Amino acid sequence: MNGAPAVKVTYREAVRAAMREAMQRDARVFLMGEDVGRYGGTYACSLGLLDEFGPERVRDTPLSEGAFVGVGIGAAIGGMRPIVEIMTVNFSLLALDQILNNAATLRHMSGGQVGVPLVLRMATGAGRQVAAQHSHSLENYYAHIPGLKVLAPATVEDARGMLWTALLDPDPVILFEHATLYGTEGELAEDAGAVPIDRAAVRRAGRDVTVVGYGGTVAKALEAARMLAERGIDAEVIDLRTLRPLDDETLVASVRKTRRAVLVDEGWKTGSLAGEICARLVERAFYDLDAPIARVCTEEVPIPYPKHLEDAALPQPGRIVEAVLATVGGRG
Amino acid sequence: MTSAATLEPPPGFVPLDRAHALSLLHEMVLARRFEEKCAQLYGAGKIRGFLHLYVGEEAIAAGVMPLLDAEDAVVSTYREHGHALARGIPAGALMAELFGKVQGCSHGRGGSMHVFDVSRRFYGGNAIVAGGIPLAVGLALADRMQGRARVTACLFGDGAVAEGAFHESMNLAALWKLPVLFLCENNQYAMGTSLERSESQPNLALKARSYAMEVERVDGMDVLAVQAAARRGLDYVRAGRGPWFIELVTYRFRAHSAYDPELYRTKDEVATWKARDPIALFTALARERGLLGDDDVASLERGADDEISAAIALAEAGTLEPVEELTRGVYAEEAAR
Ligand SMILES: Cc1ncc(C[n+]2csc(CCOP(=O)(O)OP(=O)(O)O)c2C)c(N)n1
Ligand SMILES: [Mg+2]
Repeated sequence: MNGAPAVKVTYREAVRAAMREAMQRDARVFLMGEDVGRYGGTYACSLGLLDEFGPERVRDTPLSEGAFVGVGIGAAIGGMRPIVEIMTVNFSLLALDQILNNAATLRHMSGGQVGVPLVLRMATGAGRQVAAQHSHSLENYYAHIPGLKVLAPATVEDARGMLWTALLDPDPVILFEHATLYGTEGELAEDAGAVPIDRAAVRRAGRDVTVVGYGGTVAKALEAARMLAERGIDAEVIDLRTLRPLDDETLVASVRKTRRAVLVDEGWKTGSLAGEICARLVERAFYDLDAPIARVCTEEVPIPYPKHLEDAALPQPGRIVEAVLATVGGRG
Repeated sequence: MTSAATLEPPPGFVPLDRAHALSLLHEMVLARRFEEKCAQLYGAGKIRGFLHLYVGEEAIAAGVMPLLDAEDAVVSTYREHGHALARGIPAGALMAELFGKVQGCSHGRGGSMHVFDVSRRFYGGNAIVAGGIPLAVGLALADRMQGRARVTACLFGDGAVAEGAFHESMNLAALWKLPVLFLCENNQYAMGTSLERSESQPNLALKARSYAMEVERVDGMDVLAVQAAARRGLDYVRAGRGPWFIELVTYRFRAHSAYDPELYRTKDEVATWKARDPIALFTALARERGLLGDDDVASLERGADDEISAAIALAEAGTLEPVEELTRGVYAEEAAR
């Protein structure tokens, strides 16, 4: 991309670097949430930021999601640029009223007078055996709502670069960080900075089938593509990156090329984002398809505690491979 | 409001006898040693996910639970192993749950944070902070509407007091005079956030008082003070006069969960509180009064260890649910057919 040398960083470090840079660049930016300060963040994303920026700008809040998200909305209206962290998407439901009825809606119902330049970050997803009140993927709840922009950084580059772009946005943006990604490592240019937030990315080019994932499922889709390559099937892997608005162009272009699609989504199948993408592909690329679109989603069950059941509930590379094989099976 | 800072039982308290002392100590020692074992088993990978230990806070469960009748209900949090054991959930069923086995009290589906046993009217095991409080008020409402003279004991932490669900529930319970015994386990931290940094009014009993509720604030390290307070609260609630709120001041000796590096408190502070270990305090008192001797304590510890060993054996030998049953238990079984 550019000349700067690449360094290995964890996703967590990339999130932290993004927040640090944002606070250095813009005095209006501050971080607020449960245990973001002294504790260093539930996932250690904000470790050290309290020392660097002080308690005015790194604010530990009481356990009161409804209040501190709403306060973030108010502060954004009042001219600040808050980054509000919610520990886990399950807890964001306590603030759903503020997010839907205020953040997403104020601009429209005020006739365009009141904008909410708020950034919300939260962890999402399963895979750590933390059971049914800490594991869900509710991204599509938010992707359903006009007025919000919804992002799912899956790489260290996006974890590093999406935040600043989100902060420049005049409207509320939610970043979903899959909890299993924080410890993962990737290569990042030393001078890496902001990235666009309006396009999906082709993470692996291929000819035979389009596999779509986002957040925590991108690595699984890539792993499936590797397994498929061994069987002579060349899968294209798309990382949605932005869940609202969806980048239809990239999706349709890929499917026009491969003529097959398998959609991977850690949300429950019924009412899933994968369902929405399926509908869009049917609307826009029906005659380009050679096989029914397949979906690999989470089984219709709250995430169970035991590992073998949790694994079975979630999309896995093996299930993606099976779905692809069924999809390309009809190929002559 | 009383602040029972001494180990002397307050006026009117049933005098402590040997059998009573033995049973209180048994509850506390069982919970302590059970969880020390859990920490080891977590290290060994047998227990996974989040594991929140109750070590240091055992006097609360040991003091309160024996006063509840079988018909009363309990609503708890994710830090509930001690509550569950003192409520009579067998150590084996609890350990099997932590192992994710079918023999677990929640069929292995819930794990450490979601312990349920409806046969003992133990309604979880809730990991949304303050999420259980409205449920407790609703259970009490059902009792009231069906003319049952029961109490619902509702346990939650100091952190829960900041949530809207707490305040909305306090108001409803007091407004409708429902039979709930609210037990706020104030261990002074919500994860890494100390009470002074999260509450404009850190006296939590006073907050509840503002809902025109009867309140008390007691030393949660003193099992006798806890029990005396719970008795007063239960008498009031059972008389049909409305809810009662007890703030139990205590301390968690261990990290919040297995992931916590404890950057937010000093070793000195932890040591100061460990010097008020509820088990050591009570053992000393009972011995001083001649109610227990060296042999008693040793044999009680041996008994607890045997019970825990048997529990681990049961959990180890337990079975994993077949993957084919993954989507079971989402709806009532009959409806699903
Ligand atoms: C609604 C909600 N927000 C945040 C969390 C994450 N969390 C789990 S435990 C905890 C601290 C709760 O503290 P407290 O109520 O004092 O109970 P303690 O852990 O001290 O027993 C937090 C913030 C959660 N589980 N639920
Ligand atoms: Mg606490």
